[in-house]
Amino acid sequence: MTQRAAIVLNLNGVDHAISVEPRRTLADAIRDDCGLTGTHIGCEHGVCGACTIIVAGEAVRSCLMFAVQADGKRIRTVEGLADGEQLHPLQEAFIAHHALQCGFCTPGFLMLSLHALERDPDLGDEELLDLLASNLCRCTGYQNIVKAVRGAAAVMRAGVVR
Amino acid sequence: MSAGVAVPTGWVGRSLRRIEDPALVRGSGRFTSDLPAALWVRFVRSPVAAGKILRIVAPPGARMVTAADLAAVGPIRPMLHKFNYVPIEQRVLAADVVRFVGEPLAAILAPSREEAEDLAERVHVEIDATSAIVDAYAAIAAGAPLVHAQARGNIIVDARVATPGFAAASAAARHRVRLRIRSRRQNALPLEPRAAHAAWDPVERRIILHCSTQMPHLMRTIIAQLIGMAESGLRVIAPDVGGGFGQKMSLAAEYVVVAWLARSLRTSVAWTEDRRENLIASFHARDQHIDLEGMFDDAARLVALRADVLANVGAYACYPTTGAVEALMAMAEMPGPYDVRDYSCTARGVLTHTCPMAPYRGVSRPVITFAIERLMDKAAAAFGIDAPTIRRRNLVRAFPYTTATGLVFDEASYVETMDAAVLAADLPAFRARQAAARLQGRYLGIGMSTFCERTGYGTPAFAARGMDVTPGWETVVLGIDPSGCVEARIGSSPHGQGLRTALSQIIADELGVSPERVTVVHGDTDRTPYGWGTFASRSLVIAGGAALMAARKVRAKLIGMAADLLEAAPEDIVLGDGVARVSGTDRAMAIDALARAAYHQTHRFKGTFAPGLAESATYDPPGTFSNACHIALVEVDIETGRVGIEKFLVAEDAGRLINPMIVDGQIHGGVAQGIANALYEEVIYDAGGDILTATLADYLPPTAREIPPIALHHRETLTEASLTKAKGVGEGGTIGAPAALINAVNDALAPFGVSIDEIPATPQRIRDALRAAAAAKA
Repeated sequence: MTQRAAIVLNLNGVDHAISVEPRRTLADAIRDDCGLTGTHIGCEHGVCGACTIIVAGEAVRSCLMFAVQADGKRIRTVEGLADGEQLHPLQEAFIAHHALQCGFCTPGFLMLSLHALERDPDLGDEELLDLLASNLCRCTGYQNIVKAVRGAAAVMRAGVVR
Repeated sequence: MSAGVAVPTGWVGRSLRRIEDPALVRGSGRFTSDLPAALWVRFVRSPVAAGKILRIVAPPGARMVTAADLAAVGPIRPMLHKFNYVPIEQRVLAADVVRFVGEPLAAILAPSREEAEDLAERVHVEIDATSAIVDAYAAIAAGAPLVHAQARGNIIVDARVATPGFAAASAAARHRVRLRIRSRRQNALPLEPRAAHAAWDPVERRIILHCSTQMPHLMRTIIAQLIGMAESGLRVIAPDVGGGFGQKMSLAAEYVVVAWLARSLRTSVAWTEDRRENLIASFHARDQHIDLEGMFDDAARLVALRADVLANVGAYACYPTTGAVEALMAMAEMPGPYDVRDYSCTARGVLTHTCPMAPYRGVSRPVITFAIERLMDKAAAAFGIDAPTIRRRNLVRAFPYTTATGLVFDEASYVETMDAAVLAADLPAFRARQAAARLQGRYLGIGMSTFCERTGYGTPAFAARGMDVTPGWETVVLGIDPSGCVEARIGSSPHGQGLRTALSQIIADELGVSPERVTVVHGDTDRTPYGWGTFASRSLVIAGGAALMAARKVRAKLIGMAADLLEAAPEDIVLGDGVARVSGTDRAMAIDALARAAYHQTHRFKGTFAPGLAESATYDPPGTFSNACHIALVEVDIETGRVGIEKFLVAEDAGRLINPMIVDGQIHGGVAQGIANALYEEVIYDAGGDILTATLADYLPPTAREIPPIALHHRETLTEASLTKAKGVGEGGTIGAPAALINAVNDALAPFGVSIDEIPATPQRIRDALRAAAAAKA
């Protein structure tokens, strides 16, 4: 497996030209080749969702995707969420509602929620629970994550984003 | 919502936003596996549970290290000086025999994780498999193979206590209730797997070990000792740690190997556990059988209690607590919050060919609380009284109270907290709803648990357990720099509990500054005083107490210096809003200016004060018991065995709430793990010792769908046993939830005459019980 492919990962609007083995996962490429370590790896088999990012408008588990599959596509990770010093309403809401403790799962929950709320900020409570059940958190018991995403949805509905 | 909770006058008591959060929500937290390394390690692990190693052959060109290369590295040999403890050894890489599936045999090194994994797959391992012992009862049966030759009958700890009056009280008792419970094995499952990164520093000629741990100072001590190097040659850093729950307080053999490799190869070496490794070969917990018998008088008062605890501790002993920790904690705390004067207990820890056990949030107490609370419900049914009534008759009411095992309960609110929970649950309304539902073939149930939890305990508690290492105290070094910024360096090592925020609130109140002026430094053996870490619901109580003591010393000096410079009496100086004022006057001086004077203008004090503004304090507290009552409302689907949680309610008393938001978060998370313990999570081995739950599709941590809203009610009993008046709250949620839930499940299933006494109460187990009951009737 020494054959390598030259690809470009567009992360949060910045191109990263890297050379990777075809079997390298997108999560590993983002973390190790591009140095963006905010995307976390919790299980490497697509269950925990800590590595959730947005690729070409879809929320994906970056541990289940090869880097070569994302060549040239627009990728959004947690590092692109804030606008400089200005936190995104989701980030604000996670802090305000104490929706994180150790913070390891947080980037995955933020990107999962971001994708859903950008599509539909009017997500109902049942749909929201279904959505958040995609990812695992071991610290919070989820209550405050649910509240935070609801809170952020209200802000995003009001159009205060950025 | 918060009856009996004080209105805050300072920073303490306020739900301040956490200092920790902005970096974490930006993805700029720093976790061990974020660091680049020259070499990555993949461990080759035993595919069989028991056997003799014949050969381990590396593929051509691979760099591999085995036990033979590590001959100079000492074995992990935790020690306990009591209770017939049999010390056993673990080589950091298995030497001659293997004792569980997943035990590390060899380390493969390569420039990337993928390459190391490829090579490790091609390592040829020959093991002459021998018969494996998986079950605790099988392990103690006559003629069972021995996991370690020196532990006869596979027993590594055999503890017995009995009060002098037990035999007589037991013989005289008129009512007996007996129960056998089983807790299946679980994994603490921190979301960040274990990870270590060791780098050789060519300038200082020493190793810097970043690792995901709850106890950086102790890791430095033990790793340096095992490798045979001076502690000063090893710096341990616990950066952001992605959850621990006890699993990361124990020494990982892998961390020793990584540190040794970096030292031997003079380079950087890293290992990140994958989820399969974490599931099969980190640490497990809660694998216990308890046989419990309660002797009651005619008024349903518990007069004597007899317990027999058998804990499956796996193949090796974890460092520092040893594999005896569950059995001994069960023995010491089985009577729970109840006033029972006579008690007898046998508690044994049994070796098997399974992954070693280690502390997991609550340690034994989720299991023993499940046991005694099931006993209380069964006794209530036998006496024809309800669950709150039997508890009200037995709960301790007068404090301090010395238990049958010699623990001292400090001021608390066992009865009041339970009454608050029962009131909030509205029992009569539920019973009416339950009766109506049954008519429609729906089975609702309510269940409760009352318990107290020993938290923030000092060295005597660990010494009583006979531990060789007694991690009871904490030290805080607190200084104000010349610019007026406050820095607290703590030996404890939080990993998600928001301790930096909570300590900054305590310190800010004492020094009269804003919490934003306070920085709390932890998790680096170079930058912090020796200390222990975050486990056993202790950091806020003990590091908090030490922070308060240190802050009081600094405060006294600030006041003295202000009095000197403002020409006033020290008792007239008031600190607040960053300023030292002379009470009743307009004379004042900024604390920043005082700080600068303390360093740069010491001549102004004419030798009255030593230069600088830094003090150290150590706190070794007696221990304080928080208490709570959990109530669960469930619905059991008798066709599928599914348990739905309609409502979960917690009334708790953890003394003074330093940051109520953080306290609530600890309880939410704890309850979620308790729900997981009660209904979902189970590590399953087959009869040969192979592990069947090696992915997150098999081992089932709950999601947002399974965890219901949790209603919280707080009380604050202010205790003399904690300097800050705060009691520990980290584990309580996990301790009380399984008992409340399983009592609720049994209440729901009362019409069928079944008794579910095993956790997790999976749909299969519930259906089995219902089928067995139906067959017995037919």
